[in-house]
Amino acid sequence: MGAKKITGIALLVVFVVAVQIATQLTGTSYYLTQLTMTMYSCLLIIGLCLVMGYAGQVSLGHAGFFAIGGYTSASLTTTNLLPALEGGSSWVSMLNSMGLLTAGSSMFGEPLLTVHPWLACLLAITITALIAFLVGIPVLKLKGHYLAMATLGFGIIIFRIVLAMEFFGEADGISDVPGFTLLPGLTVNGDIDNRVVNYYIAAAVLVTGFVLLLNLIDSRVGRALRAIHGAEDAADSMGINTARYKLYTFVISAVFAAVAGVLLTHYTGGISPSDAGVMKSVRYVAIVAIGGMASLWGALTMGGILNFLSLRGFFGSYDDAVFGTILIIIMLFAPEGVLRLTLWSKFKRQKKEKGS
Amino acid sequence: MSLELFSQYIFAGITYGIIYAIVAIGFNIIYNTTGIINFAQGEFVMLGGMSAITLNYYLPLPLAIIGAVLFTMLIGALIEIVFIRWLKNPSVLRLIIITIGLSIIIREIALHVWGDTVRALPYFTGNVVSSVTILGAPISPQVLWVLAVCSCIVILLSLFFKFTPLGKEMQACASNRLAATLCGINAKNMVTFSFMLSAAIGAVAGCVVSPITSSEYDMGTGLAIKGFTVAVLGGLGNSLAAVAAGLLLGIIEAFSIAIGFPLAFQDAISISILLVILFVRPHGLFGNKEAASLKEF
Amino acid sequence: MTLLKVDGLNKHFGGLHAVNSVSFDVKKGDIKAVIGPNGAGKTTLFNLICGGLDADSGAVEFDSQPILGLKPYQIAATGISRTFQNIKMFPGMTALENVMVGLHTKSRAGFWAAMLHLPSTRTEEKTIRARAYALLELLEIAQFADVEASSLAFGQQRAIEFARALASDPTLLLLDEPAAGLNIYETAEVARLITKIQQQGITVLLVEHDMSLVMDISDEIVVLSCGQHIAEGTPSEIQHNEEVIQIYLGE
Repeated sequence: MGAKKITGIALLVVFVVAVQIATQLTGTSYYLTQLTMTMYSCLLIIGLCLVMGYAGQVSLGHAGFFAIGGYTSASLTTTNLLPALEGGSSWVSMLNSMGLLTAGSSMFGEPLLTVHPWLACLLAITITALIAFLVGIPVLKLKGHYLAMATLGFGIIIFRIVLAMEFFGEADGISDVPGFTLLPGLTVNGDIDNRVVNYYIAAAVLVTGFVLLLNLIDSRVGRALRAIHGAEDAADSMGINTARYKLYTFVISAVFAAVAGVLLTHYTGGISPSDAGVMKSVRYVAIVAIGGMASLWGALTMGGILNFLSLRGFFGSYDDAVFGTILIIIMLFAPEGVLRLTLWSKFKRQKKEKGS
Repeated sequence: MSLELFSQYIFAGITYGIIYAIVAIGFNIIYNTTGIINFAQGEFVMLGGMSAITLNYYLPLPLAIIGAVLFTMLIGALIEIVFIRWLKNPSVLRLIIITIGLSIIIREIALHVWGDTVRALPYFTGNVVSSVTILGAPISPQVLWVLAVCSCIVILLSLFFKFTPLGKEMQACASNRLAATLCGINAKNMVTFSFMLSAAIGAVAGCVVSPITSSEYDMGTGLAIKGFTVAVLGGLGNSLAAVAAGLLLGIIEAFSIAIGFPLAFQDAISISILLVILFVRPHGLFGNKEAASLKEF
Repeated sequence: MTLLKVDGLNKHFGGLHAVNSVSFDVKKGDIKAVIGPNGAGKTTLFNLICGGLDADSGAVEFDSQPILGLKPYQIAATGISRTFQNIKMFPGMTALENVMVGLHTKSRAGFWAAMLHLPSTRTEEKTIRARAYALLELLEIAQFADVEASSLAFGQQRAIEFARALASDPTLLLLDEPAAGLNIYETAEVARLITKIQQQGITVLLVEHDMSLVMDISDEIVVLSCGQHIAEGTPSEIQHNEEVIQIYLGE
């Protein structure tokens, strides 16, 4: 790992801790809730950045993967299996004897028997990865407009499915999703007492994901991806199996989205069809574009700032309009992202020319 | 299924189908001159319907519709002049994102101007209960309006491209932009014009269909997806094939409801068709594979 | 010994018979050139061999193995490397990184190993970095190792492209108009580099428009015109072939 990368990560960790301490000192620890949610969104965004910026494939369906993860976990951990157990279902009793089910009680004190969150989480990730793999095989053969429309179409289908199926709570979505105890003492849930812990859980997950991706792009695989993006036929002739690389990248980013979906759902205690909506997908794409497409740091920074402002209600009822406007302005004037504004790169180029 | 029911479904299918075809033709016009898929195409339909409804408070219906079409054309021209015209060799991804951004902004502005209430233009002739009987089925006169107006659009457009100088110039730009420019055609103006034309026919479709389907601020995305499905089904850029593909999709949708397919999944049908077509025959049902492979997607 | 055998290759584009029953052999260790006027079918032939286009009929054998119908990346794995007419540097990558991409088939780190930055990945990364640098040195451009490749002069980019193509240790190197876009000095330089590559024991098949380059360095030449095989022989034979002279004068 390069020294620059280690310094960057170290600064990031310091920043995360500093923010927490600052909120503690100023008595604004209620910010931590939105910060935690922001970090889970960022997890999805850096995954999308890998697909869009490095492999060069646009995906307008990433909210779909978020929803598959979140809804799978939410429905499994809220569906009461007690009636099925009493009804003599051998499946349920087998799972129960293996310790994969967990007992609890509903808001009204009724006994509940649900799938253990860990099992639900693993299933959610596996299902998402599988769907991404199966969808990715044909979809990633497409290019440009066709790829955009196909991924958009995939997102809409997922949206329609969760909206139309009773199992997924139709328009209301799923609420009362229980907490997710990762380890004893570390529970992902929305309890106010648990706010600081959850902030650090989210930060740990995000930083881990971020480091994994940084490693990835700075490797043989990352070079292959950048080569595909830059000149696909040349990459092909270097012996790079472009189809497989695109597919694996797509699956990895879907898994990032699914993990974000699972954890955010357990944190907020619910998920609704709007989380699967097209606008969400467009927003993620917008943030990656604003961050500069091929820049994980840019995606992380912009994802952090914009999601947080949006969650704080900073944009009021103009939320979507703000994202649309930013998107257009960036694409018109700074297609390389705000962090690499044209002026700045011109300045750098001049400096380089003088130096050489 | 009785003949009456059958022809009712057929008419419903044709009505929706021809609207999809009109949206698809809107995609094709812009695609042919620029190679851009305008993701804001559905918003033109919405703008046409909504602005006609507003104008109809003050003006008689025909004038309101004309006003709405002109207004939408103006928006179309503005979009091209402000956002597209001056970009030098923009990448496909950049254009996709710009038109998506535009569709969001148009939708959000519409939400703030008109709110989220569902509105509708009055029936052009007759009213909700009046009907004509065709093949034993009671058909609303508005359906006939839709069919007549949309058929007129298709015929006029093909005449326009075949016989008028402007139409020919646009065709020239479509087939070879550089050569057209060298022949003294102002290719940039042709692009602006294609946006206006596409906006205009979208707006007309938005007006005629409004009494049947109603208009609301967020109707655009759904229509755009279906229009795109139809455009791809027919082969991008081929407008006559789009009509056939539109009718096909409309009828498939109508009968999927007839056989008891849940209404909530209606959108999923057209998207699934889109995905299957993209995977299996990306050059469309009627397109030519060799010709399609030469295009830049 | 024959390394590459092209046998009765055909390709139509609509009504155009771009490559018409073309056959020839490339001997191991040779520099063989395919020349011909514009539209002779040189680039089509080239793309058929590299897997960029599907042939209508015919066969291509490399090292006695049929390679027609394989995907480009699979052909690359058999030991054939290629360059592009319009030099395709990977944008945003340094010269060294470009060559490291060329070493793709010579390294193994997968997604998991790369994400976890395993020790094996680190060692491998060091090895291919050193190997890439050695290749840049061979082609005399090591001083540009850390410069963004696409910002260099065409001649230097061409040399990087050669290094990148050599990275996979090919037995056969296919060059698509290596002198395209170069001035006469750069062309002479490229000719020298191609001979240097031959001295490494690598067989070279090049498609070229520039006669002077071809005559200087080739061991054998194939002449194509309108998709057909017109003549084949040593440079001096070709220079005295009436039919060839006719074609080039008639151009």
